[in-house]
Formats: sequence, structure tokens, C-alpha cells
Amino acid sequence: MVEPARPDPDQLLARVTEEARKQERGKLKIFFGASPGVGKTYAMLEAARRQRSAGRDVVAGIVETHSRSETAALLEGVDLLPSRKAELRGIEIGEFDLDGALLRRPALILVDELAHTNAPGSRHRKRWQDVLELMEAGIDVYTTLNVQHLEGVNDIVAQVTGVVVRETIPDSILDQADEIELVDLPVDELLQRLEEGKVYVAGQAELAKRNFFRPGNLIALRELALRRTADRVDAQMRLYRGDHSIQSTWPVTERLMVSIGPSPFAPRLIRAAKRMADRSGAAWVVVFVDTPQHSGASAQVKERMFSALRLAGDMGAETVTLTGSDVAETLLLYARSRNVSRIVTGKYTGPWWRRVLRGSILDHLLANSGDIEIVAISGDPDTGSPAREPSAPVRPQRWGDYGQALAVITLATGLCIFFRQTLSPVNLAMIFLLGVVIIATRASRRVALFASVLSVASFDFFCVPPYGTLAVDDSEYLITFAVMLVVGLSISSLTGRIRQQAAHAVGGEARTQALYRLTRELAGETLVFDVARKATGIMREVFGSLVVIFLPDQNGKISFWRRTTDQLSVPQTEEGIAQWVFDHGKKAGRGMDTLPGASALYLPLQGSQKTLAVIAIPAEGTELPASPEQQHLLELFASQTGLAIERVQTTAAVRDAQLQVETEQMRSSLLSAVSHDLRTPLATITGAASSLLIQGGQMSAETRSQLLESIAQEADRLSRLVNNLLEMTRLESGAVELKRDWHPLEEVVGAALTRLDGLLKGRAISTNIPEDLPLLSVDDVLLEQLFLNLLENATRYTPPGTPIRIAARAQNDGVMIEIADSGPGFAPGEEKLIWEKFYRGKGQGARGTGLGLAICRAIAQAHGGSIHAENRAEGGAMIRLWLPLGGKPPEAPPLAQHA
Amino acid sequence: MRNTPEILIVEDDPQIRRFLRATLAAEGYRFHEAETAEEAISQAAARQPDLILLDLGLPDLDGLEVIRRVRATSSTPIVVLSARGREQDKIDALDSGADDFVGKPFGVGELLARMRASLRRAATIGEGGTATVFCTAGVEVDLDKRTVRKEGAEVHLTPIEFHLLQVLIRHAGKVITQRQLLVEVWGPQHSDQAQYLRVYMAQLRRKLETHAARPQFLLTEPGVGYRLLEV
Repeated sequence: MVEPARPDPDQLLARVTEEARKQERGKLKIFFGASPGVGKTYAMLEAARRQRSAGRDVVAGIVETHSRSETAALLEGVDLLPSRKAELRGIEIGEFDLDGALLRRPALILVDELAHTNAPGSRHRKRWQDVLELMEAGIDVYTTLNVQHLEGVNDIVAQVTGVVVRETIPDSILDQADEIELVDLPVDELLQRLEEGKVYVAGQAELAKRNFFRPGNLIALRELALRRTADRVDAQMRLYRGDHSIQSTWPVTERLMVSIGPSPFAPRLIRAAKRMADRSGAAWVVVFVDTPQHSGASAQVKERMFSALRLAGDMGAETVTLTGSDVAETLLLYARSRNVSRIVTGKYTGPWWRRVLRGSILDHLLANSGDIEIVAISGDPDTGSPAREPSAPVRPQRWGDYGQALAVITLATGLCIFFRQTLSPVNLAMIFLLGVVIIATRASRRVALFASVLSVASFDFFCVPPYGTLAVDDSEYLITFAVMLVVGLSISSLTGRIRQQAAHAVGGEARTQALYRLTRELAGETLVFDVARKATGIMREVFGSLVVIFLPDQNGKISFWRRTTDQLSVPQTEEGIAQWVFDHGKKAGRGMDTLPGASALYLPLQGSQKTLAVIAIPAEGTELPASPEQQHLLELFASQTGLAIERVQTTAAVRDAQLQVETEQMRSSLLSAVSHDLRTPLATITGAASSLLIQGGQMSAETRSQLLESIAQEADRLSRLVNNLLEMTRLESGAVELKRDWHPLEEVVGAALTRLDGLLKGRAISTNIPEDLPLLSVDDVLLEQLFLNLLENATRYTPPGTPIRIAARAQNDGVMIEIADSGPGFAPGEEKLIWEKFYRGKGQGARGTGLGLAICRAIAQAHGGSIHAENRAEGGAMIRLWLPLGGKPPEAPPLAQHA
Repeated sequence: MRNTPEILIVEDDPQIRRFLRATLAAEGYRFHEAETAEEAISQAAARQPDLILLDLGLPDLDGLEVIRRVRATSSTPIVVLSARGREQDKIDALDSGADDFVGKPFGVGELLARMRASLRRAATIGEGGTATVFCTAGVEVDLDKRTVRKEGAEVHLTPIEFHLLQVLIRHAGKVITQRQLLVEVWGPQHSDQAQYLRVYMAQLRRKLETHAARPQFLLTEPGVGYRLLEV
């Protein structure tokens, strides 16, 4: 199984990122000991003093000196963080002040007693969580820990010492530590210190203390501590080797799979597997197979299952919930798909007959495992054999069901009494069986059981001679009774199972449906808020509980004002919790280890890169998420919603980027066009003016007037360009508010023609505007501008003296205006291009700004109208402008009689 | 009556002032200059100019304020210089009592024409005599007899149309805002019903102009008002 290989690049990469992460994070050093009294705190303080004299900013976060002077002496000169006042069972105690520490931001902080449980009302339930947050904030932490507080050895400690330690920390914390210093003291010396009263053990009665500090216990604990440290050194060694390829061996990663069921024995199984995995350096997966039977399990059993999976997750296992009706088969299928080399499972603890009847999971595994190793671990003697949990009935039991069963059996009995002379007893038994089947298909298993027994009894009583007694003449009937009972029970059990499976399938179907619906409905939304709001509604329907999603603002600040429901169903004071969840991407609140006192459960809504929002599930009217499958579904919903939000954000970002590119392109083309157009007339003006200034005296009058003329012309051109630019900018920025009023078209066209009198000189201008044309609701200034630009353009691209025709007629709730010339018309394809900014026609004398027609289009569009260009069949260009009336024209003037 | 009219130039930009100076000197006008609104108000009171050329954008006070202060004591014609596209500024200036406006950038020809028109109007009012017959572009209006002839043929006008024409003739040559026209013809309570005015103007044009869509003297200043051109 050993293959010579270079270090796996993926693994190397993973370690590099891990190291990079570690560099930003604060470093954790654990002073690790076998038992209280070995001098961990002392060692920590000494180390802290050394750091301090090396010039580091060291703060004592919380240090228990247990009023020992030599320890207290070491604290001298070290900054002490004031402790936070908390209340525990009515007594005021000093707790570690996490916020104070984060605010103070020392380089190194001392936090004693890593396994400490915080007083209620603290942010985290456990001190180790505080420490993790400190590290995340980039603060180095020194802390102390006794081996018995390690989750992974918890049950061994309990076995060895008989003392159950309640304050435990996940083993992963130890693995996360950058450094572990073992503080070791030989047992004899420790006992001597104990004798001298130098050891303080909190909260332990004298007797318990005696029991705990027995030499046997201490030796065992010392061995545990040494071994745990050695394991770690070993792991480091392996890492080092892998890193440097000292030996060209790289172990193929072994994978261990633990199968757990809903028994109370699961945590023990998980711990054992963890030790096994650690020893062999294997990855491990904890698997729970959700069978139809489980869907009927009681809430208590589900909760136990849930917490076992959570424990496994905390201990660093990958946790998986599989669905299947055959546990062994599902497990093996999954094991093969993941290349699992060893399956760890519990020994069967149920009644022997059930094992004989159905076979245990273990038997199935052993029979079909092939080359996968199977390890069975026995049940824990202390907790007793795991009591069988009563499975909650799929249907609630009702006394009515018993009544119905009674009625059916009575009917069967009646029939049998009626036929007992004509039919043989074997056939009478069939009538009873029919009755049992009918009951079993409708009622619960218990009722079916009741019916089976009752039918056997009444068969015996009424149909088996001697009638009227339970006594039996022919002992052969005992076989009939037995078969009847077994058949009845089997049928009831089978139908019960089928019903559960059906319910399970329905549940699974409903979940799939709900998820599908979520994905489908979210896909149509284009705004983050709408996505969140829709998801809230669907989750509320599916989970039957209030759900609120809080969205952050641009600065990543969560505000309860940015929520997806009308009513705020969580207290405003919990905004900070939501913010914490958003910042750290971790769950918090009700039922969690962090801020368990909150009224709601807060879950981060994760995208692929970062946390996008926070979901809150208020306590009112819900116990969500009660079961693992609910929890699982909730997480699925959250991740789907997260993906949908991310999709919307990405789409928006892409659109923005595209817009920016377009704007940038437009800006640069505008800049180049404008700079050219501005410079050319300016060059003429400057040149001509300076020439006049310097050499004017020597010039002929004719030359002078030519120069002056070009100055005037170019200034005029410049002025037109600037006006157009300003107009375009105004229109495009949306700053233009149309000042609509009712105007006769004739008046606006007339004003434009008057203004262009000079330019139009020598041309035949025909206007055909009917007198009865309705008034138009337009901005007359902009509309005049439109006509000015169109007419100017027509004069620029047509030979002088050619006619221009303007005609208008009412059309489609608006007015169609046609402006036709007799020039060369548009080049092919130009009809559309001319409306673009900075497009200049290819005709002669093309000296426009390239903006005039773009402005025309912008003005037409601002009015809700449209403008098109085409070539006339008889030659020349034609512009068609359609403008809507813009509302209902006013009545004829009522003031006619006034004057 | 002085022979050469005296002009007060109120403009803060030195280049424009220089060019105005040159233009007015060439036309033979006498002139004074003011750079700020305050200076403008005091000079207008002290010198009693025949016409004020006023730039609306002044460093210290709004040009409109200058118009109001000057109008409080005198009827000196005021021609406003304002940037094109700022129609509301023009309307405000005219409603505050300015006589006319010239949009920047402007040609000298246009400026001098406006100034002449304003000076002439002031002179007629000053003489106290009002001409009873007004002629322009083939149209002859007898204000006393209330008759209108176009190319010699009598044209029938409704009372409102005639009243409208009368007001326009009284302000001939200068721009009159829609509001001023509405107030004078229909009364102050109808000052915001401009579409009626436009309909009457259109009727008037059809009766008096040869081509209503290419008017010769009943001109529209889009966004501001109307101007009756003396041809």
C-alpha cells in the first residue's frame, strides 16, 4: 500500500493555505498537563515574562493564581485586563472580558483554563471559543489545559478515574495549537505538593479530591497526557517528512467510516473511532443512515442523533447523513464510493430473537464487506445496554382505533358462530385473519397486535370445541393458534413498515419539491432583496416557522431595518448578534454554543466567497431546527438562497462592468472627437487673430476681412459644438425634465424656420401643416432644437438652393412629421448610423459635430416618440418623426367671450 | 433730447466689456461701465443712462435684483445678456421689468438692433404720443378705428384677437412673456393658461401672416414668449 511518491501537490497546497491562514491568525500555545497542580499556570506566566522582557505587549486576560504568592509574584508588572462582571446562580463572579481584550488588542494575551465554561449571558458558551475569536483577531494566546478535558479521551478518563468530566474541549483545538508545552511532574512530587496544600482543585469535595488524586489515576492521566503529546509530535514529524520528502514515502490516506445509529452509545463509538483515526492518521467519516423507521422516532431520539453528529463534527470528522431502507447496503455502497478501508460500528444490542429474525446490521456488513475491514465496538457497560426507544407511532393512537378493532373482531366472531356448523375451523380462522389484516392496514401496530391476540382468544373461545371455554380438546389447535398469532403479528408489522416507508418517501418527496420550488422561484428574481424576501416566504411555508433574513448594507453592516418581513420578530437588541454571525460566518443564538441566551437562532447565509446575509429563526412557535433532517434541509435552503443572492450580485456586477466599459468607450471616443473638433476652430481663431494683431498693419483690407471672416465662422462653429455638447450631456444625464405644455406644431416649426432664416436663404421651404392638427404636449424649447438640428443637417448635406419639404399629419394618437430634401440621400446602411453620436455623414462639406442627430433622437425619445431616416424613391432623404399627443388635448378656449 | 444716447454696461467679464466698449464706441454711443450689481445700481441712479446692458451673472447680487431696484425708480430700458438655454432666467428677467434679452454668444448686429429698438420705444413713450396706425409686412393696423388690413384687404378679428394684437403692438420689437400677455389680455387670474394664448396666436398668424409656419412678424421665442417684429 506504500507507494513512492512526491508530496501530493494538493496536500502541499492545502498546507500552504493552512500556513498562510495561520500567519494572519494569532498563535496559540497550550501549556498542557496531566492533572491540576503540575504547574501549568506557573509555566505560562514564566513564559509570558520572557515575552514581555523581549518587548512584547503582554496582557493577562484571566489568570487564576489560586492565591498562591509565587504565582502572583510572576504576574507583577503584567497588564491585567479588568474582568467582566457576570452572574452565576445569583453569585457575582469575574469572567474573562472578550470584548475588552479585542478592544485592547495586545500582542499576546494569557487566558487560563481553556476548558472553562462561561457564565450564562456570555457571548460564547465555552472559553475555547473566546480563544478562537482572539486568534482570529490576530492576537497570540497562551492558555492552559489538563488532559482530562479533552473530548477524545473523556470516556477513558471516566473509565480510569471514575470521575466524569463535564467541561470538555474538542480535540481539534489541540491540533490547532501552534505549540504545545507539556508541563510534567512525576506523580510522587505531585502527591507531595498536594500534601503541602499547594494544589488547588476547584469545586471538588475533599473526598472526591482524594479519589481523584490516587496514584493509579495520576499515573494513568500522566500516561494519557504524554501519549497525546507524543501523538502530536509524531504528527509533526510526519508532516516534516512529507514536507521535505526525506523518505520518498507518502502514506496513502486511509479513510475510516463510523456508522452510528440513534443509540446513546453513539458518542462512545465516535470517540473510539477518533482515537483510531488519530493513531493511524486516517481521515474519518461519521455516517448516519436515515431509514424509514427513524422517521417515526421520537423527538428525544432525534435530538440525540443530532447531537452525536454535532459531536463528531466538533471532533473533526466529516459527517454524512444517508437515506436508505437497508442500513448495511447503504453503508457499503457509500464506503465503496469513498474508498473507505475500515468501517467501525457498534455491536448489536437488541433482543436475540430480532437478530435471529432479521439479522443485525453487523451481520450484513460482515457478509458483504469484501475487502473492507469491519471493526465492532461493544456497548458501554456504564450506560447499560442502550434501552430501546419507543418509536413514536406514525399515526397517533386513538382509543377509537381499539374500538374499531373490537368491532371488526366481534363481527368476525359473529360470522364464525353463524358458520361454525357448516365450515371447518381452519376456514373460520381465515375469517379472523381477514379481520386482523383489515385492522392492520388501517390502525397502528399496537392495535393490530391487540386484534391478533383478541382474534386468537375468541377463535379459541367460540369456534374451537369445547365452545365457551379457552380449553382445547385437540392439541393440534395450538398450532393453529400459534400460526394465527404469528401471521397476525407479521402482517401488522409489515403493513406498519410499509406505511412508514410511504410516509418517509412522502417526506423526502416533499423536501425535494420544496427545494425545487425554492430554486425555481429564486431563479426569476433579479434583485437581492426580492430573492431574500421570496426565500423567507418559502422557508416559512416549509418549516412552518417565522424566518427573517437580514441583509447587510454596502459597508457590511447588518441592520434590522434591512429585513425581509414586515414585522420584526426578534428583539432589536440582538442586532449585534446578527452582526457577529455575519462577520464570523458562524451560527449563533438559541441552541448554539455561541450566545445561547438569544431569543432567536441566527445562521449565516453563505455564498461561495463570503457571508451574504443572516437568517434569523425566532423562538416563537417553533422548535426549529429540531431534527437533523430539518437542520439539513434548512442548511440546504440557506445555501440555495445564498447561491441565488450571489447569482444576482454577480449578474449586477457583470452588468455594471459592461456599462462601465461602454461608458469608458463612449468617453474616450467622445474625448477624441471633441478634442479634435475643439482644437480645429480654436487653431484657426488663434492663428488668424494673432496674425491680425502682429501683421495687421501690412495687410490689405481684403486679407484682413478674410481673416476676420474666418474668425467669426470658426467661433460660430465652436459655439455650435459647445451648445450641442452641453445639450447632449444634459439629455443623457437625465437632468432634463421635460417642460411639457400644449403647443401647436406650426408655432414650433415656425420658430425654428425663423431662427434659421439666414441659413435657408435661397431655398424653397414648403410647409404642409393642417390647421386642424391637434395640439401636442411637448417641451417647445427642446422640440425647436430638434427641428433646428434636422434642418441644419438638411442644409449641410444637400446642394444649396434645393427645396426642403415639411409635412405633418395626425397618426396613431400622435403626429407624424416628415422632413424631406432633394439631396443625394443616405449611403446604404447610413440610415441607422446617423443617429449615433459622432457619426458624420459621408457627403460633401461634412463639418458637423456628429451630435446633432443624436440629440434629435434623444429629444424624440424623451417625448416618447420615435425618429427614422430613409431614402425617398424619387431621390433625396426623408426623416420621419412621430410624436405622441402626450395626453388628452385641452378643450377649446372657454375665454373667447371674456373680452 | 441728447443726440448720442448714454449706455451703462453692467458686465463682470473684462473681455466682453472690452468688446462691448469697442462696439458701442464705433456706433457713437457714450458709455459707462459697472462690474458689480452694487456699482450698477448706484451708477444707474447717478447717471440716469438711456439704456442699461445687463449681464445676469454678477459676482455680488443676482442680476434680477438689479432690474427690480432700477425699475423701482426709473423706466430706463434694460437689455439683458444671458446664456442660451436658460429660458427661465429670461422669463424672470422680463417679468421683473427688463425690456429685452440677447442670448450669449451673440453677434454685434443682433445686439445693436435690440438696443435701437429699445431706445426707440423709450423715446416714443417719452414723447407721450402714440402712433395710432401701425404698419408692418403689408399689414396695417389702425388702433383708433380698430381696423386691420392685410395687403389692403380688411381682415376681421375677434375682440380677443384684436386686444392681443394691440398689446403686442404696444410692446413692438421687444419680447413679451406669455404671462405678461395673459395678464394684459385675459386678466391676472388666467396667467397660467398658456395654451389658450397659443391657440389665439396661431389664429392671428393664419389671418395676418402669408405662411403661418414661416411667420414674418408674429414671432415665437420658444419657452419665453412672443415678439412683434417691426419690419
